[in-house]
Amino acid sequence: MRVTQGTFSFLPDFTDQQIHEQVQYCIDNGWAVSIEYTDDPHPRNTYWEMWGHPMFDNPDAAAVVYELNECRKVYGSYYIRIIAFDSSPGWESIRLSFIVNRPSEEPGFKLSRTEVKGRNIQYSITPYSSDKPQGSRYK
Amino acid sequence: MENEGQEKESEIVTEVNLKEDFQASGVADILAELDNSLIGLTPVKTRIKETASLLLVDKAREKLGLVNESPTLHMSFSGNPGTGKTTVALKMANLLFRLGYVRKGHLVTVTRDDLVGQYIGHTAPKTKEVLKKAMGGVLFIDEAYYLYRPENERDYGQEAIEILLQVMENNRDDLVVILAGYKDKMDKFFESNPGFRSRIAHHIDFPDYSNNELLQIAEVMVASMNYQFNEESKKAMAEYIKIRKKQPHFANARSIRNAIDRARLRQANRVFNNSEGPIGASFLSQIEDIDIRQSRVFSGGIDK
Ligand SMILES: Nc1ncnc2c1ncn2[C@@H]1O[C@H](COP(=O)(O)OP(=O)(O)O)[C@@H](O)[C@H]1O
Ligand SMILES: [Mg+2]
Repeated sequence: MRVTQGTFSFLPDFTDQQIHEQVQYCIDNGWAVSIEYTDDPHPRNTYWEMWGHPMFDNPDAAAVVYELNECRKVYGSYYIRIIAFDSSPGWESIRLSFIVNRPSEEPGFKLSRTEVKGRNIQYSITPYSSDKPQGSRYK
Repeated sequence: MENEGQEKESEIVTEVNLKEDFQASGVADILAELDNSLIGLTPVKTRIKETASLLLVDKAREKLGLVNESPTLHMSFSGNPGTGKTTVALKMANLLFRLGYVRKGHLVTVTRDDLVGQYIGHTAPKTKEVLKKAMGGVLFIDEAYYLYRPENERDYGQEAIEILLQVMENNRDDLVVILAGYKDKMDKFFESNPGFRSRIAHHIDFPDYSNNELLQIAEVMVASMNYQFNEESKKAMAEYIKIRKKQPHFANARSIRNAIDRARLRQANRVFNNSEGPIGASFLSQIEDIDIRQSRVFSGGIDK
């Protein structure tokens, strides 16, 4: 099951060239660009691990694509996303976030229904992959 | 990535117009500016013009599908201090931008200290930071040979060199690296670092300036700061150059700039001490020979 989240989630995965162009758009707007990765695809997992610091002072998007490829060398089987932060309101706010790398196999989520008081049903989802401990979920 | 080819196939070009490309790119302006703003440097200017034509033709060939590899653009600028290497590098960055070989055209100037760290694990992030900043433009490494210290077995410079070489090869479309420094030291450096030697396509030598060129440079500098020489002060400057050139630590045009800065200081003192009442622009911008002749150089001393 293909995990979708963030901007462009309805589009096919971007090529590096397309990633470059999107990132350049962010840089030209004065946004700081960050790379993050995780092996926990749960939609409520908001804070992913940071790959280095957000990049503030690189005029060209090649810098971000370079770091992305460095990140892929280590976490090539993880989810990796790019996030752009805009600090112009006086705080850092996310303007754009999109997935740029995903595991080759995404087993999806298990939906459990629990019957609770008054025959109400509580739903919860669990990624099949998170049965395994962190770091050994994807190959 | 899988669908990369998709993007390029859209426009099919069967003809190019070199003259039009030349005009449209603004390369002519830069070459003219290079000619006008820099005194002397004839061999450098010639090399740059040749390189510009080559790159223009290469771009045209690329458009027609005759080349698919981007050319190696990394360069080395060798010459003594103050011969214009940094100044030309700035123009080169602009030129490569106009020709479409770098996307932004900025110049990032660094030395060993900006690339090499103090302890284990410090160097790689430092070097990468610099490389990322330079992407889209030109990275100028001054006195590049200090990266290589064979006498120190555990020198972190080697780590920086390895990352540099990797990026120079794999990210050729993203940045151009210019290594600069003294000619003899650069030659030695390339001898012991075949990796760099093979990745550098253009070697440009910057000759020392003649006395006459240095005098012309002095005039250009003075004029650009809205000052002027007269007959006597120009003569004094010519004599200054003759003496200063034989002294240690002479640094070509840079020594001239320093001499002029000091002459301006003395001029300001003189103008301030001698002026009673209102004075005009010409008085304020006149450099007299006394402003130059008061230099230590004329009494056996050494200027920086
Ligand atoms: N040919 C030239 N004409 C005019 N000014 C020059 C010329 N060459 C160098 N300069 C000036 O001399 C100074 C030193 O030049 P720079 O490019 O820093 O030399 P380098 O990098 O070789 O040490 C700068 O202020 C520069 O503007
Ligand atoms: Mg210099």
